[in-house]
Amino acid sequence: MAAVRTSSEIGFNRVAIVAVLVVTIIFLAPIYWIASTAFKPRNLATTIPPTIVFQPEISPFVKLFTKRSQMRSPPSPEEYAAAPWWERVVFDGGEKIVRDGKGQVQWSGYPSRFLNSLIIAITSTVLAVGMGTFTAYGFSRFKVKGEADLLFFILSTRMLPPVVVAIPMFLMYRAVGLNDSHVGLIILYTAFNLSFSVWLMKGFMDEIPKEYEEAALVDGYTRMEAFFKIVLPEAATGIAATAVFCFITAWNEYAFALIMTNRRAQTAPPFIPSQVGSGLPDWTVIAAGTFLFLLPVAIFTFLLRNHLLRGMSFGAIRK
Amino acid sequence: MATTMITTLDRSSRAAARGLSDISIRNLFIIPTVLFLIVFNIFPLIYSLGYSFTDFRASTNAPANFVGLQNYRDLLNDPYVWSNFAITAKYVIISVAGQLLVGFGVAMLLNRDIPMKGLLTTLLLLPMMLSMAVVGLFWKLLYDPSFGIINYALGLGTFEWLSDPKMALYAVALTDIWMWSPFVMLLSLAGLSAVPKHLYEAAAIDRAGPFYTFFRITLPLVAPILMIAVIFRTMEAFKTFDLAYILTSQPTAELISIRLYKMAFQEWQTGRSCALAYIVLIMVLAITNIYVKYLNKVKER
Repeated sequence: MAAVRTSSEIGFNRVAIVAVLVVTIIFLAPIYWIASTAFKPRNLATTIPPTIVFQPEISPFVKLFTKRSQMRSPPSPEEYAAAPWWERVVFDGGEKIVRDGKGQVQWSGYPSRFLNSLIIAITSTVLAVGMGTFTAYGFSRFKVKGEADLLFFILSTRMLPPVVVAIPMFLMYRAVGLNDSHVGLIILYTAFNLSFSVWLMKGFMDEIPKEYEEAALVDGYTRMEAFFKIVLPEAATGIAATAVFCFITAWNEYAFALIMTNRRAQTAPPFIPSQVGSGLPDWTVIAAGTFLFLLPVAIFTFLLRNHLLRGMSFGAIRK
Repeated sequence: MATTMITTLDRSSRAAARGLSDISIRNLFIIPTVLFLIVFNIFPLIYSLGYSFTDFRASTNAPANFVGLQNYRDLLNDPYVWSNFAITAKYVIISVAGQLLVGFGVAMLLNRDIPMKGLLTTLLLLPMMLSMAVVGLFWKLLYDPSFGIINYALGLGTFEWLSDPKMALYAVALTDIWMWSPFVMLLSLAGLSAVPKHLYEAAAIDRAGPFYTFFRITLPLVAPILMIAVIFRTMEAFKTFDLAYILTSQPTAELISIRLYKMAFQEWQTGRSCALAYIVLIMVLAITNIYVKYLNKVKER
């Protein structure tokens, strides 16, 4: 701040640092609560006063991945001894894992939803970033008539409320049999992310000096060769940042997934809330599912930290 | 449109003659994206514009009858829909004002030499990156009247957050403020760090008080970027669906997106919901237009 520091200013600085720490703790408390509930025994998840110190358990994650049923009586000592460790933690909660006739463990709906989320988010990210990179290069390097209008048109497709787009898409998908399909959601998420990817990548492309390609063109490269050999490597950081943003958007998306899928291609965001049915939900299992689902995004946020400003402002503010 | 564009870039090198011309490359790079967006964003909207003039119901096989502007007339005369718009407006104001206050406030606090500033900032930004639907769901536990940690921490006993019709909208807005204040903070920090230091030095030499410095130097210089944050958040808050839909089913917290969803996919009034979708669409496009104008303005600086 100012060159001259008075003692009151330094005092205020200390107060501000304490205030920042308090705010950070408040902001992170809900996330901490999700993470800690994911490792609690069920009876400690909803206590008053809240349980802060406890022996962490893995049972919520075992329950998350398996189908279970209530047991009328506790298992016999032999049964308990014969069971693998992951089944014992379920026994301790008064439940047992459901098996089919052949003794195969029955999975819950979670793993398949998680896998769907991965498939759909990754595929749509690759498509959106791939197309977006080419288009951004086109806008960045060549004169395009009505460029501002075209770019506004591209951005406006991203701003449409999902439910507005979902109504006609639902009818069209129903007509061609794309409802509840991976392809259907991939197309929707690609379209949704494409505009974002064009805007963000254009900013990155603008920053690569034109002279690099011009030098290559003089050396006998074709425009295409210059693009692939000179521009793309230069844009690698930007492409990675854009890809992570697109992945997070597709990964987190809820409204389209809720409307367009119900089972086969359902992703995790509509599935996790559907577990809270009537009655008392097992919050430890929901927390475990939420925790696993949030983990990739938390890691990505950390990796992206220097690009967050740019990504969240559609590349408008660069710093 | 893309096909009628002209290029002015021309390479006279041998390579240019060998490979594709710049015009073909430009068209090859841009046209597929534009076409893709037209097919999957614009075409569906044209399709639903058609349905908005009919009494079509997607749940039956009955053919759609043309009803002219009937749907629009009904909607604009429906006090129920107007109340949804009023609720949405209230929600937007509360949540955007809250985010502006908290976000800008925290940015002011952070805008100094703080140990581990980078780490703290990243941690503070975490909420906005997470899934609204999934994290929103967990706030149900936090808000729970009997065993939620919010009531416990604030000593509120068994205060009803989500099942009290008067409180539900505020509770949703509070969660939204938690999620999106970091966004305003992020943009504010960028604005604050761009204020030239010599202005503060000059103010200090002139013995200007902290209030004078804030209102005459800091605020005017950060205002354009704050404006971007406000318009963007206004647009997003106006579209809010996930959070409110998951947290509460109180009619007093029924935002316009939720009304639209229910009309289209629960009551199956397809034609009418298409009309409502168009009303919402026009509003969103208007805000988007303002937003883009502002973005370009700030970019030019």
